[in-house]
Amino acid sequence: MESRRNPRAVVDPKVRQVGFFTSSQPDSTHQPDPIASESHPVASSISPSGNSLSPVMIPPPRHNSSDTFPLRAAAAAASAVSPSSFSYSTRRDFPDGSMTASPGRVSRASFSKPSSSLPGVGMDSMAAAKSSSVPASGLTTVSVVNMPPGLSEKESDQKKNSKPLKEKTTKAERRALQEAQRAAKAAAKAEGGKAPLVSSGSVASTNVKAAKPAKPSSQKNDVAVAAPGPSEKKGGQTEKDRKKDAPHPRMQYDDESRVVKAKRRAVVKQTEAKNRVELFRHLPQYEHGTQLPDLETKFFQLDPMHPAVYKVGLQYLSGDISGGNARCIAMLQAFQEVVKDYSTPSEKTLNRDMTAKISSYVSFLIECRPLSVSMGNAIRFVKNRIAKLPITLSESEAKAALQSDIERFINEKIIMADTVIVKHAVTKIRDGDVLLTYGSPTAVEMVLLHAHELKKKFRVLVVDSRPKLEGQLLLRRLIKRGINCTYTHINAVSYIMHEVTKVFLGASSVLSNGTVYSRVGTACVAMVASAFRVPVLVCCEAYKFHERVQLDSICSNELGDPNAISKVHGREDINYLDGLTNNANLQFLNLMYDATPSDYISMIITDYGMVPPTSVPVIVREYQKEHSLV
Amino acid sequence: MPDVQSTVLEFVNKLRKRKIEGSQATAKCTVELLRSVISQQRVPHSNQASALIDAVKAVGEQLVAANPVELAVGNVVRRVLHIIREEDLSLATAAMAGLDLLDASDDDGEDDNCKGVGYSAMSAAVAAAAARSTLRPPSLQTLLEGTPESAAVPYTSSSGADSESKTADKSSITRKLKHDVIEGVNHLILEISGCHEQIAEQAIEHIHQNEVILTLGSSRTVLEFLCAAKEKKRAFRVFVAEGAPRYQGHLLAKELVARGLQTTVITDSAVFAMISRVNMVIIGAHAVMANGGVIGPVGVNMAALAAKKHAVPFVVLAGSHKLCPLYPHNPEVLLNELRSPSELLDFGEFSDCLDFGAGSGSPLLQVVNPTFDYVPPSLVSLFITDTGGHNPSYMYRLIADYYSADDLVM
Repeated sequence: MESRRNPRAVVDPKVRQVGFFTSSQPDSTHQPDPIASESHPVASSISPSGNSLSPVMIPPPRHNSSDTFPLRAAAAAASAVSPSSFSYSTRRDFPDGSMTASPGRVSRASFSKPSSSLPGVGMDSMAAAKSSSVPASGLTTVSVVNMPPGLSEKESDQKKNSKPLKEKTTKAERRALQEAQRAAKAAAKAEGGKAPLVSSGSVASTNVKAAKPAKPSSQKNDVAVAAPGPSEKKGGQTEKDRKKDAPHPRMQYDDESRVVKAKRRAVVKQTEAKNRVELFRHLPQYEHGTQLPDLETKFFQLDPMHPAVYKVGLQYLSGDISGGNARCIAMLQAFQEVVKDYSTPSEKTLNRDMTAKISSYVSFLIECRPLSVSMGNAIRFVKNRIAKLPITLSESEAKAALQSDIERFINEKIIMADTVIVKHAVTKIRDGDVLLTYGSPTAVEMVLLHAHELKKKFRVLVVDSRPKLEGQLLLRRLIKRGINCTYTHINAVSYIMHEVTKVFLGASSVLSNGTVYSRVGTACVAMVASAFRVPVLVCCEAYKFHERVQLDSICSNELGDPNAISKVHGREDINYLDGLTNNANLQFLNLMYDATPSDYISMIITDYGMVPPTSVPVIVREYQKEHSLV
Repeated sequence: MPDVQSTVLEFVNKLRKRKIEGSQATAKCTVELLRSVISQQRVPHSNQASALIDAVKAVGEQLVAANPVELAVGNVVRRVLHIIREEDLSLATAAMAGLDLLDASDDDGEDDNCKGVGYSAMSAAVAAAAARSTLRPPSLQTLLEGTPESAAVPYTSSSGADSESKTADKSSITRKLKHDVIEGVNHLILEISGCHEQIAEQAIEHIHQNEVILTLGSSRTVLEFLCAAKEKKRAFRVFVAEGAPRYQGHLLAKELVARGLQTTVITDSAVFAMISRVNMVIIGAHAVMANGGVIGPVGVNMAALAAKKHAVPFVVLAGSHKLCPLYPHNPEVLLNELRSPSELLDFGEFSDCLDFGAGSGSPLLQVVNPTFDYVPPSLVSLFITDTGGHNPSYMYRLIADYYSADDLVM
């Protein structure tokens, strides 16, 4: 082993560089210099801070980033023990009580794992914890990404040891392992020879027992962090990883070949709108209404589709269900039905088959209406859970587990999150406030109602816009509760902004550059508010956060029914555009969302508290992965 | 005389009921009305100008009171008053010239600022003084000449010239003044109805091939401006914000499409989303204030802010009758007009909470539906008027050319 590890000396600096970007630990742990390795207490004292999920981590001064002698590396490994063990102890409180520990967290918080996974030392310190494989499995990814070949090999060796423990596997783990394999292969290639052993080892360890949350994500983060570091040797590989980890580029509808392919698979035969806006060729635009009757007749013919999913899809299509939370809950409940009625076909495994099924349902739902970010996150969660179902579970057990998981997601991430948001947001409402809200955000509505229940005296300005006029629904509900309201349209927002003291907005999603992606018009309201120096508070559940970034509202958006613009509902006298809808010179653009730049937003209220928009990436990093696996 | 009174009343009623909309239409009607008032006005032998001014002012006050938000009415009344004063002045100077023709003029060169040839130094001084009092652009000559001369010459105001003039030649001047004034008013009518073409001529200098232009509201000026560029074979596309709740954008879109322009109708809420791909925002103003602020269709301020954020030029088209010599104070409220809530809400659905009579007096629900929006000068990149392009900071000077200071407060 030592001999194998020798070459690592060359690569080692890379590891530290990675650490440098995230937390203090990697430095302290990998520090090959004797001082660091000797001072265990110091290292461990650092680690808590690393594990404390503090959003801001100031990189410590790095001493000596070069060099490593094998011996020193070993020492480093030893030094690493304390921090890592520490972090484990903090994590003991996990439901299953086992050492399953959240490698995701660990990896996110610190890079101590690679070293902790070193067989001898790491395990010793945690002798009590029986699942020796845990760290290994959890950490493979990290090691893969960050660690020099020697180390990863070691781990895979270790994994071999843990083979007997094969019980639960999660998709995340498997993915991690694949990663590991790949890395190992690369490493082997680099080193020459070795490959077969490594790969077999890692394959064997597929079933290592269950590190719980967030491995893939942690992995992602690690990689993402690792990426910036100059990776000479494994450059190609990290590149690949990086590609994989960046959010997938969305389907671009101006890419003809892909559109044709997608069409072949499609269940819903949408007729494309003829008269389209040039700027938005990359987004799907269909003739609305045409496919609905067609689909309804197909209801009984589409056997691959579960009726519950089908129903939800139709509801999306017709617009009966809208709003991020409502759509997400409807979808999850449909999936619950799916799970309930599911039976594994012969010669197939539940994990794989169910995932495939869900995927096909999801693509059906996408055909009905493009997914919202919240739904995307929820789907990711469901798939993760399915993938992580232990093989040992019987089908009925697995189904029950899945159903309860989905239930839990709905309760914790959506319903509970909303109550927490309400609790936070209500503290910001004072007597005499004039609050402005736009559209019909559910979270904000709950905040307002709750504040009213608390007998706070305030007035609400409901700003609305065509064509959805969702504000009227909100207005109706607020008035019913006896809240004093003023209603106006979005054009008048600068007229009305003088009297406003706070603006509460909802969001469809918050992107990691702080951009708030929300109902179209939100950006206008936020802009006018900031021009009038009125604070803008955005209420958004953390499960809607996404690591994607966006600068404008054009690159990704959703197009609504263009006819909704030409026809003014309830105003028959406005008929200037009748009969012009098919004129080649005239297009209607019905954007559904827009992106509010973060500088217009004073504060984002999430279930994790109230944060400035600059802290969004931190929340995405620290929490989203965890929640997507719950 | 009585028939004038009745037409005035009719017009006042129309204004009060907001039957006439659009500043150009209003301005035109106002001028025509004033023209008939002037022509019907019987002029006394002495002090004709002030008689005319009084008559116009009386009618003008009624008109302005009928719709104080329609600033074009006031503008036009002031313009007519200015015309009367100017004609009076020029007649006066002409009379002076006739009187003093005997005096050998020692300096012939200094007469560009008044019409006529070869005035005496005396009449030039009168003209210079009058020019200053009517806020004409100061030429170098008046600046150099005026100050020393005015100290020497006893009559410096137009009224002085007035009294001078009537001593000159009553019979010929009586008819001449009215005639000249009506001539001037006719010019003004021509100017108002021709301002579209004047402005549209400049389109080619501002709209380039393949540009994307955002506009909102329905303005004939904008329509002509865009079409002028289109006629010059410039291919560009236009985004039109629909302008709820009046949907004037639909109207504009319809006309643009009829003229063959590539038009895209967007919702008002999508203005911010689209502005990053827009090369220029062009709007027609309802009125331009002396500080360079703009009163435009509701929603304009939002577009202007968005344009500012994305550094998109925000261009305002305004005919000269829209230039208002007043400085705005709290224009969002004071120069605004609230329209019926029925444009926003269905009364049937919300009637229970809109009722002022029921319950404690103040209803639970209020609906705000303003007509106009105010854009501060800092958000405007350029004004295009029939005299060319101007900076917002220059508007006060431009406006001073059209009005005399005496009429600012009516």
